[in-house]
Amino acid sequence: MASAAVAGGRSVNQAITKPPQSLWVDAWHRLSRNKAAMFGLALILLFFFLAIFGPMLAPHDPLKINSGKGFLPPAWMPAAWVSTNNVGDPQFFLGTDSIGRDVFSRLIYGARVSMVVAIIPTIFITFFGILIGIVAGFFGGTADNLLMRFTDIVYSFPDILFFVVVMFALRDTPIGDWGNGLILLFGALALVNWVGVARVVRGSTLSIKEKEFVEAARSIGTSDRNIMQKHILPNILSPIIIITAFAVPRLIIAEAVLGYLGLGLRPGTSSKEFFVTSWGSMLLEGQTAINAQPWMLLAPAIAVALVVMGFTFFGDGLRDALDPRMRGAG
Amino acid sequence: MARFLIRRLLWLIPVMFVVAIITFVLMHMAPGGPFDKDPSQRQVDAVTQKALNAQFGLDKEEWLDFGALSKGDIVGFFDTQFFTYMIGGTVKGQWRCGFICGNLGLSFRQRGLTVQDIVLKPPEGKAPWDSKAGYSLRLGLLALFFAMLIGVPLGVVSALRQNTPVDYASLFIATSGVTVPNFVFGIFLIIIFAVFLHAVPVVPTSWDSPLVWILPTIVLGFGLLAQTARLTRASMLEVMRQDYIRTARAKGLGERVVVWRHMLKNALIPVVTIMGPALAGLITGSFIIETMFAFPGWGRQFVTAIQQRDYSMILATTLIFALLIQIANMTVDLIYTFLDPRIKVN
Repeated sequence: MASAAVAGGRSVNQAITKPPQSLWVDAWHRLSRNKAAMFGLALILLFFFLAIFGPMLAPHDPLKINSGKGFLPPAWMPAAWVSTNNVGDPQFFLGTDSIGRDVFSRLIYGARVSMVVAIIPTIFITFFGILIGIVAGFFGGTADNLLMRFTDIVYSFPDILFFVVVMFALRDTPIGDWGNGLILLFGALALVNWVGVARVVRGSTLSIKEKEFVEAARSIGTSDRNIMQKHILPNILSPIIIITAFAVPRLIIAEAVLGYLGLGLRPGTSSKEFFVTSWGSMLLEGQTAINAQPWMLLAPAIAVALVVMGFTFFGDGLRDALDPRMRGAG
Repeated sequence: MARFLIRRLLWLIPVMFVVAIITFVLMHMAPGGPFDKDPSQRQVDAVTQKALNAQFGLDKEEWLDFGALSKGDIVGFFDTQFFTYMIGGTVKGQWRCGFICGNLGLSFRQRGLTVQDIVLKPPEGKAPWDSKAGYSLRLGLLALFFAMLIGVPLGVVSALRQNTPVDYASLFIATSGVTVPNFVFGIFLIIIFAVFLHAVPVVPTSWDSPLVWILPTIVLGFGLLAQTARLTRASMLEVMRQDYIRTARAKGLGERVVVWRHMLKNALIPVVTIMGPALAGLITGSFIIETMFAFPGWGRQFVTAIQQRDYSMILATTLIFALLIQIANMTVDLIYTFLDPRIKVN
């Protein structure tokens, strides 16, 4: 009994003398103990690695047409699964497509589009989402009203429908040519998705701005801009990170869906170009041969599923780590 | 309550108008109209084109007719393509009421048919639910039932047996449903059941047999199923720890009564609230699934329409979908107040 009490007392003392941990160190500890989140992070890093070092990793030129070697199944695939008489060639690990291009190399190059979609529109939506959300929440009034009305409209517009309309409308205009059509795609994705971030930021700002430390800052004459930047923003970072983490997989899915409908990236024509193909376009190509050559469809489908899974697991982990109260919800 | 409803309904009007304006602007930014500039089509000669333009009201200004205004003609000022479609206008000398009367306009591509004919009218000699909208609605409802009938019990069981293999199995299903995008999931299922097992045709030619409905229903409903299971589990776990559950047990109620009457009834409130938007999402979001399975629904019609620049079809579809989403959200707000008397509207 006595020794237990002493031991307990010591651990309390240790807890007191231990330097306080910042939210971020604490969150990282929780995150790194979360196996699913670490698995997600590993997947994300793997795909970024593929996207950056694609040319060094790909065994073949993704655009090279190997005549006479079209529709080769992967060499390791059991013959019973292959309905044609083609025999796999070990140098094409995931088989070849209709004109004999190596599916594995194309898959590696395709990672670039998904990874860029995961970064660039995300930067835009976070930047504008934070800016508009914080201003609307802080000042209220007309800015806030406008934001909320705009939100109503965006939420009543089915988002995929909107992307489809935008891509169809502007694809053949000069804007649609920039960056293999990706600039237009980013624009459309960003235009819809910043609203979600702005709403969360607005909500968090509303609750933070009533706190005493904001009042204190105001009473010593801090400018509005400084209050927003130095007092409110650091306190609403957790919800911002969480909502951003959940926006990324949705952006990747949207890009893949548009590619699948033939509305995504315009594939480059030389392997010197950065964007040679995307998983969405590979799905579209694979769809035509679904009966006889399912590997053409399976490879990009699995890739999309893996990358989305990676981001979702990581996002789940981030939420649990940054906001323990939310654990297990939704 | 009545005031709340009226305000929400009135708010619908500006929202619909803005959605219409955005779609209209985008459509008209697209190079090539329905008749004139499509290089892959046979060119229409000038006289026919003029007649066609007159018939479809394309000879009018797009937005506002300032020429008419300068002549002091206020009615003519609004007699433009946009307002003719939304409110009404004279086409070939005859007044026709527009979208506000439920008139979705003449289809540009399927000559002689209005959009409501294409979407709502079943083929000759078929029942009303065999129309394009009927097909989509049936698929959406089937997917909703599928998701609820499996998702809710899955969530309940996994909450009651927390941290057992049953719980982990159901969490695995829920997680994969949330992480795998539905069209990718569709591809997997098609390859397994249609290509390898030959259990169903890849692209069914007839949708009369119930068998061919199974795959699209599962694919469409799976994401919602996963979401429902996760939500039910989380909200059951919360309810289980409430004092009134302990009270119910303490006064000697049977386990069955506690679970059904006390837990489930309260735990399902958040689940019910996602049903409305979910159904709207299933109906509007199904067009990728419809395209994948060559399903004769409204969604695939939309994809075709947009490829053909069928202005009225695109506009009508976007507006109806937006309306559906708004109504779904409104219904949820109302249902919520019935289920949980603590919550007040406004």
